Amino acid sequence: MRLTARSRNTNMAVCIAVIAKENYPLYIRSVPTQNELKFHYTVHTSLDVVEEKISAVGKSLGDQRELYLGLLYPTEDYKLKPNILNWRTRYGYVTNSKVKFVIVVDSSNTSLRDNEIRSMFRKLHNSFTDVMCNPFHNPGDPIQSKAFDGIVSGMMVQTG
Amino acid sequence: MECQEEKPIIYTMENKPIVTCAGDQSLFTSLYTSLAQQLPREPMEWRRTYGRAPKMIHLEANFVQFKEELLPKEGNKALLTFPFLHIYWTDCCDTEVYKGSVKEDMMRWQNSLRAHGSADWVIIVVETNDNKKKNKTNILPRSSIVDKIRSDFCNKQNDRCVVLSDPLKDSSRSQESWNSLLLKLRTLLLMSFTKNLGRFEDDMRTLREKRTQPGWSFCEYFMVQEELAFVFEMLQQFEDALVQYDELDALFTQYVLNFGAGDTANWLGSFCAPVRNWSGLLLRRPIDMEKRDGIQRGEASLLDLRSYLFSRQCTLLIFLQRPWEVTQRALELLHNCVQELRLLEVSVLEGALDCWVFLSCLEVLHRIEGCCDQAQLAANCSHTVGLWAYATDKLKSLGELCGLVSEKGPTSEDLNRTVDLLAGLGDERPETVNSLQSPYKKLKEALSSVEAFERHYLELSHAAMEMYRAISRLRSARLVGKSLAEFYMRKGDPERAETFLQEALKSYVSEGWSLPVTHTRKQIAECQKLLSRTEDYLQTSALLAGDVNLTTEERKHFCQEILTFAGKSGDQSHKVTLSMGVFTQLTRLQFRPATASVHSGAVLQVELTLRCLMPVSVRIQQLAASIHFDLERGGTNGRSKGAQRQTNPGIVEFHQANPSAGPPSSSASPSLELDEIQDRSPSDNSLNSTGVVCKNTHLVMRRHDSNSPPDTPNCVSPPAVAMKEGAQMLQVQDVTLEPGNNSIVFTAPSGQPGTYTLRQLFATVGQVQFVLPHIYPSVQYEVYSQEPQLTVEPLSEPLLAGLPQMVKFTLLTGHYAVKKGDALQLSNTDTMPILPSTSCSARISNPAAELVAESALSIQSSEKVTSISLPPTPPYHTLEFQLEVLCVIPSGTERPANERLTNGEVRHRPRSYSHPDTPMTAIDQRMSIDCPWSIYSTLLALTFYIPFKTKHSLLSAGNRKYIQVCVQNVSDLNFTLAEVKLAEKQHVSLELQSLNTKTQQLLCSKHSVFCLWEVRWKDDLPSCLQCVFSADFSPVNQDVSAFKPFHYQFQLERVTTLYSVQAEIFPPAGEQHCRSGFLCGLEVSITRLTEPAEGEVAEDSKTDSDGLKTTKLMYEVADSSSNWAVCGKSSGMVSMPMAASATHKVQIEVMPLFAGHLPFPKIKVLKYLPHTAAVAIQPDPDSCVENDSLSLLDKTLDDQADTASIRSRGSVHSVGSGDQQQRGVAMPRLEPFSPGQVFNHSHTRQVLVLPSTDDHIMEVNAT
Repeated sequence: MRLTARSRNTNMAVCIAVIAKENYPLYIRSVPTQNELKFHYTVHTSLDVVEEKISAVGKSLGDQRELYLGLLYPTEDYKLKPNILNWRTRYGYVTNSKVKFVIVVDSSNTSLRDNEIRSMFRKLHNSFTDVMCNPFHNPGDPIQSKAFDGIVSGMMVQTG
Repeated sequence: MECQEEKPIIYTMENKPIVTCAGDQSLFTSLYTSLAQQLPREPMEWRRTYGRAPKMIHLEANFVQFKEELLPKEGNKALLTFPFLHIYWTDCCDTEVYKGSVKEDMMRWQNSLRAHGSADWVIIVVETNDNKKKNKTNILPRSSIVDKIRSDFCNKQNDRCVVLSDPLKDSSRSQESWNSLLLKLRTLLLMSFTKNLGRFEDDMRTLREKRTQPGWSFCEYFMVQEELAFVFEMLQQFEDALVQYDELDALFTQYVLNFGAGDTANWLGSFCAPVRNWSGLLLRRPIDMEKRDGIQRGEASLLDLRSYLFSRQCTLLIFLQRPWEVTQRALELLHNCVQELRLLEVSVLEGALDCWVFLSCLEVLHRIEGCCDQAQLAANCSHTVGLWAYATDKLKSLGELCGLVSEKGPTSEDLNRTVDLLAGLGDERPETVNSLQSPYKKLKEALSSVEAFERHYLELSHAAMEMYRAISRLRSARLVGKSLAEFYMRKGDPERAETFLQEALKSYVSEGWSLPVTHTRKQIAECQKLLSRTEDYLQTSALLAGDVNLTTEERKHFCQEILTFAGKSGDQSHKVTLSMGVFTQLTRLQFRPATASVHSGAVLQVELTLRCLMPVSVRIQQLAASIHFDLERGGTNGRSKGAQRQTNPGIVEFHQANPSAGPPSSSASPSLELDEIQDRSPSDNSLNSTGVVCKNTHLVMRRHDSNSPPDTPNCVSPPAVAMKEGAQMLQVQDVTLEPGNNSIVFTAPSGQPGTYTLRQLFATVGQVQFVLPHIYPSVQYEVYSQEPQLTVEPLSEPLLAGLPQMVKFTLLTGHYAVKKGDALQLSNTDTMPILPSTSCSARISNPAAELVAESALSIQSSEKVTSISLPPTPPYHTLEFQLEVLCVIPSGTERPANERLTNGEVRHRPRSYSHPDTPMTAIDQRMSIDCPWSIYSTLLALTFYIPFKTKHSLLSAGNRKYIQVCVQNVSDLNFTLAEVKLAEKQHVSLELQSLNTKTQQLLCSKHSVFCLWEVRWKDDLPSCLQCVFSADFSPVNQDVSAFKPFHYQFQLERVTTLYSVQAEIFPPAGEQHCRSGFLCGLEVSITRLTEPAEGEVAEDSKTDSDGLKTTKLMYEVADSSSNWAVCGKSSGMVSMPMAASATHKVQIEVMPLFAGHLPFPKIKVLKYLPHTAAVAIQPDPDSCVENDSLSLLDKTLDDQADTASIRSRGSVHSVGSGDQQQRGVAMPRLEPFSPGQVFNHSHTRQVLVLPSTDDHIMEVNAT
């Protein structure tokens, strides 16, 4: 039950990652001021849940696969001050070609609606498709597209 | 009946809706048991307001004695104590009694109910047979009492009075009356619920809507809505109850968020108080009254509220058999609380939250364990593992905070902190005081000592890891392992840490996560350093030094670690061998020369491009590549094998993945390690079979599971490399490798001929040796030894016979060194003399085709031999010189006798033949050369082409004879022809008068020149003429001295004109001209011109019957162009007398078919040979008729056995085949005359034919 509508900022991802079918990162970007390494670790770990969800989805729904995997799991990160805890929520998405998208959002955005996350993933997926359509892009190579970068930047939390 | 206390106990959730009982208490007591039992027996459908789905519920009730105090006062919102139904019991059957006391009692009861606005009541009249019997006399009909009650109280509500008959009897009637009573009670209860709860909910909503007003308090509202939840719980509607709590949860969350967004509510102030108690969740009680009271009083802290709320949700979820939702919600709650405290800026003691989270995690887990069996727990690890991991994490940070992780143990400051933290835990709850393993006890114990902490922490970590593994969340398990490793490192136990780190590293490497790889590797390096595992440490350092994820300083540090070790002057035998790949990468290899194939002793350079990954320049004492040498078998000429198949000659590119970072390529599989095997026969060492063997099949052929992470191609820890000591190696000393690409040039050994394969590469830096165990793709070069080779080729194509031509001699010296005095001996031939030249020089060039020297060549010619002395030339050089040679054009029919060459071989007479590619006739000219390096002569062939084609023909005009020679230039050059002469060899009296006016004539390419001579004779014209045509020719624009002679011999036979044929056409009589369609006369007169010669008589003539010698001729009038129709005989025989000027005339009728100037019909005269004549030669009659052109030569020459001489047509005829002769004996045959023997005067004459007079159509025929 939500009683008050809050004005919502859609730029709330703190980390966006694209992971290849073979589970190596194709693209991973986090808010620059944060600990990049930590995000690498946690995005990597979240692949466990992604894979779990993919296999579960595959069993139950057959061909009509839902690409959006929903909330993966929340974890705790330390921010700069060690005793101030910061919760991150990871959301997962997998394309038909088993490329995974993981978006980590700051948990202060608890009011984030599911469909907002979905639309972020859709945007990401569309841009990713554009990258793949580029004849000069070698599938499997890390993504180095300005357009994709731009889309990702639009979804990231703007920290000065 | 139980006597209820005034304040109902609501500690236990065994509450039931309260139903009050008034009236006859003893009656009720007697019925209570069966009533309480039977009421919930059947479910009732509960239709609900607000569109909520109807539900079937089993109703229960708590029957209490009616007291006025039980009735809710105005404003009392308590629902649990709310009496939903009031029952008045009576078994009165006596009207008097009723009127006397019961009615009054009822009135009082009704009034008090009405006073409190309660309309939910029912009056039950119990009727027993005993009663009836007892009061038989003054009995009123039972119904009358009921009717009375109804009329007195149940104003229009007849259903509010129920009769229960014989309740204690076991009869069908009693059962029926019970059922109807129960149904009534249930219906009334539900009605009451609907009405009262509906009203309550409305009130509650109203209250909620007031939340924006200043005085509104969440805690108050909380209590109200919780009341509703309690009722639902009481009604066993846990789902609905849970909804109430969830709504409260959401409401509170929203407020906190709004607070965070700057929208502060006053009542939130109480939740912003500093946290003083962090005792964790308490889930063992259904309702934690302490906390509830706190909330009610508005004194609860945020954690209290959250804890209480969650404990209630937990209870309900467990009632609903959804324990796994509890774990999930628990994790969310813990996250959320931490977040909310931050939002509300509540001050919390450092570590307090960790305590709270730790305790709460364990409490939830304990609660879940309490309601599930082991199998269920094991199957649902995925739900609990998050809590385990979280608890582990928290304990770790607590341990770090309290100084329990460091090697030295806690400081006093740490101890103070511990005491503070423990103080916030409060006392242990009474529920768990006696249990040995309570979360409280665990935490207290863990914080009490280093050892206990370690024990607890390891226990938790391992539990979490085990669980992660069990649900195959391996990455998470490894992350826990990594954190465990960090713990061990801090404890000073690197050995245990390393195993965990290595495992994690393997996973990161295999999945290509470069940043975690770098970080983990750094930790491993630390471990290895502590463990003083030098080799591993250096290997890891090398990897890190080349890791671009690290800062330059860090990389330099690790590089320095290697260099420091390398610089130690320790035991020389203890060398550390590391994998080359981490230090430097071989990217390119280039051979110079690019063929990678040199002759023995030559210089072959190999340039390696090494990409050094180190951040600083590294000085290498020795860089070497070991070589595997294979003695070359088979031919000694290495060139035939050529270079390796490469697109880029001489360059080998090596592609390899970056070992430290980057995604593992999908095709990354171990490279094939191939070895050659050869099976040789033991007896004679001949090769039986050869093949290739893959040495690492077990790696290559391994099945790649698509699900499992790809194999680790870039070694986590480098494999131990064993250096193979090769006898030969490429090496350079003291090179400095700069970061980035370095180019190192080796000089490859090339002593022995054979194949050299580069196997391993190693770089030595002091004590450290970097080894590349296999160079792949395999790289080899060849060293060969070559025999000297002499080739002769024309300088320009084609070589023309008859003109001086330059030919190039090329000598590849191979392994032979040409010494001073060495000479080539060329056997001279007449047909191709070598022309002496003054300025003949030889060029010597090295294998790279660079000119080394140039020296004059001395050529000495003797009668038989031309000797060319060669300048001294080193081996594997090329000696080139040019000589001018002339190929004599064979002139005619002369057959030179077989000659012997100087070396005794049979001289090969050059043979001319026509070549398919060129119209020129080709001559192969062979040369025999004796070379100083061989006892055998070298035979070489050159092909020359004759630039001319010559034809001759005899032309006659009556008795006069002309000879025409046609010279056709078939070459591509233009020539000047001069001094054209024709000579007859045998007959001196014969004069050949030239009719050619020009002395010099241009003969362009593909053109012909015709020359004509008139034959004059004095006495007699010989029947056979031997002619020689000679001319001088030279290419256009050349000096006169360049003229070379050209001869052409031919023979003419039967030259003399024997007969003349004259034809005349006479128009029909009376006409001046012939007309088409009219017969004309054709008169043919054949005249013998000469006396037959002696030989001719014997051959041709036949003695006639009248003794006169005659020659039989046959004539034939043939008109090939259909201008004429021959009427009558077109051919016939004439006998010519053997006297000169004998004439024979023949008349033939012909008719012109067209008008115009028509050519005369053709008249042919043939020799007739009777069958008795002993004629040896008779060509085919058909060919006789047709073969009157000279084109015969080309057609038949190919097949002739000897084509060197071009002969006249007569001689062609003289060569016949045997079977033709056989045939010719039987039949008379015709033989044509040679051209010139019969002269036709009317050849090509025309006669005018007029059209026939009545012709209206003019036919024009253009032929």
